[in-house]
Amino acid sequence: MSLNLERNSKWMEGSGPQADIVISSRIRLARNLKGMPFPNLMNEAQEAKVIQLVGQAIRTPGVFQAVGELKLMPLRELSPVERQILVEKHLISPDLAEGKGEKAVVLRDDEALSIMVNEEDHLRLQCLLPALMLHEAWRLADAADDALESELDYAFDQDKGYLTACPTNVGTGLRASTMLHLPALVLTRQAGEILTALTKVGVAVRGLYGEGTEAQGNIFQVSNQITLGRSEEEIINNLSAVTVRLADQEREARELLRKQSRWQLEDRVGRAYGLLTNARILSSQEALQLLSDVRLGVEMKILRGIDQRLINQLMVRIQPAYLQFAAGREMTPFERDVHRAAMVRELLAG
Amino acid sequence: MLCERCQQRPASVHVTRIINGEKTELYLCQECARDMQPQLNFSIPKFLAGLFDYEPGPGIKTQTIVEHCRECGMSYEQFQQTGRLGCPACYHYLAGRLEPLIRRIQGSSQHRGKVPRRAGGNLRVRREIEKLRAQLQQLVEQEEFEKAAQVRDRIRELENSLGEQGGGQ
Ligand SMILES: [Zn+2]
Ligand SMILES: [Zn+2]
Repeated sequence: MSLNLERNSKWMEGSGPQADIVISSRIRLARNLKGMPFPNLMNEAQEAKVIQLVGQAIRTPGVFQAVGELKLMPLRELSPVERQILVEKHLISPDLAEGKGEKAVVLRDDEALSIMVNEEDHLRLQCLLPALMLHEAWRLADAADDALESELDYAFDQDKGYLTACPTNVGTGLRASTMLHLPALVLTRQAGEILTALTKVGVAVRGLYGEGTEAQGNIFQVSNQITLGRSEEEIINNLSAVTVRLADQEREARELLRKQSRWQLEDRVGRAYGLLTNARILSSQEALQLLSDVRLGVEMKILRGIDQRLINQLMVRIQPAYLQFAAGREMTPFERDVHRAAMVRELLAG
Repeated sequence: MLCERCQQRPASVHVTRIINGEKTELYLCQECARDMQPQLNFSIPKFLAGLFDYEPGPGIKTQTIVEHCRECGMSYEQFQQTGRLGCPACYHYLAGRLEPLIRRIQGSSQHRGKVPRRAGGNLRVRREIEKLRAQLQQLVEQEEFEKAAQVRDRIRELENSLGEQGGGQ
């Protein structure tokens, strides 16, 4: 198995436009094959057929020329911990990791490009880049999509566009999203109001009580709600504009904090750093919250000498599956908390 | 405003719940929102089902028609339960009832995005011709006749290619 779990994904690089607030940008394209039932109605033979067709397609010269070498891994061949790491790196969904039957993931070496095979749709092509790089991610996804389409027969309708298992994705099949770190909007209690307003302009927000880890550490994910009736460029431009606007608002809130509560702010950041570099037991939730404070301190230049990239890596490395993988064994939650504290201490103080 | 659940902390989360088609809106503080998390899990199937509990306009009687997709056998009622269609052909066979739903969730029912090279058939060429026609008109208005002639030739070329493929459809 060629799954390199030690590797850092491209999105963790931590550099690019708006990198002080925007952690990553993602483009997802839902695609299905003509003449086949959607995954919820497929039998195992049909699932295997889809995997085989995708496997063939990614090995053609056209795909290689467009996006480089891609590798396909049947999920069956990965251990539960390995699958969970792919989830923690945001490369596959929890549904794919847990699902029964024949499923697969396709990965490019730098993990900027991945394809989930037999999730809700036959193909879910994803590009995940650091900072605000939605347009770059779209260009990569578009190129991969074109190259795949010359090998695979997509289900496409002249009026409805790309046909998907759920009508909420029909049309472009495009879900664009950005992950933002918005601690000052949360501290100044503006987050709720602003994020509610966004849902009224066709932007979905998850985070305050969203799925899994994204709920914590003041990290929010914004994405387009509508996939039909607008071009890909319109959808991406709109989401980029919303993201920039949110980042500006966050910067304003940070300046306000700096002016009005400088000592409280520096105290909070300093305490978080102190805890992370001294604690002996750390839950993932506590670690994420403290990392959020430290990240804020780094971004506001209150803390110096800490690389943004290190914080992105820590966000992944503190997760349960990753910890257990690094340790090479399964651990009880308590053991994990101890391990987590030691690892964070070492990497942050190092 | 204060959290509607604990009435103590300021509300920072706006929560919309749809239960059996009934929509409730709540303003909660972060703590309460987290507390209520299991109940708040948004489910697409329920959401879609909720949307379809709406009454039709006055004077229109509710009528239950059982339609099936002739490729995969899925009925609209089955779709309502799972929120997932069975196959690409469902969009065709269940169109009568899917169409209003799609309009409601998407605000539109006409694809304006990317057209794939192969599966898109002539649509890609027709979109290109539309674009060139607009360009042609602009060039004529700007009296750029030389460029306009080039664009016109390109349109003819494309139109011929459509003809060869069998009359443009
Ligand atoms: Zn409350
Ligand atoms: Zn069907």
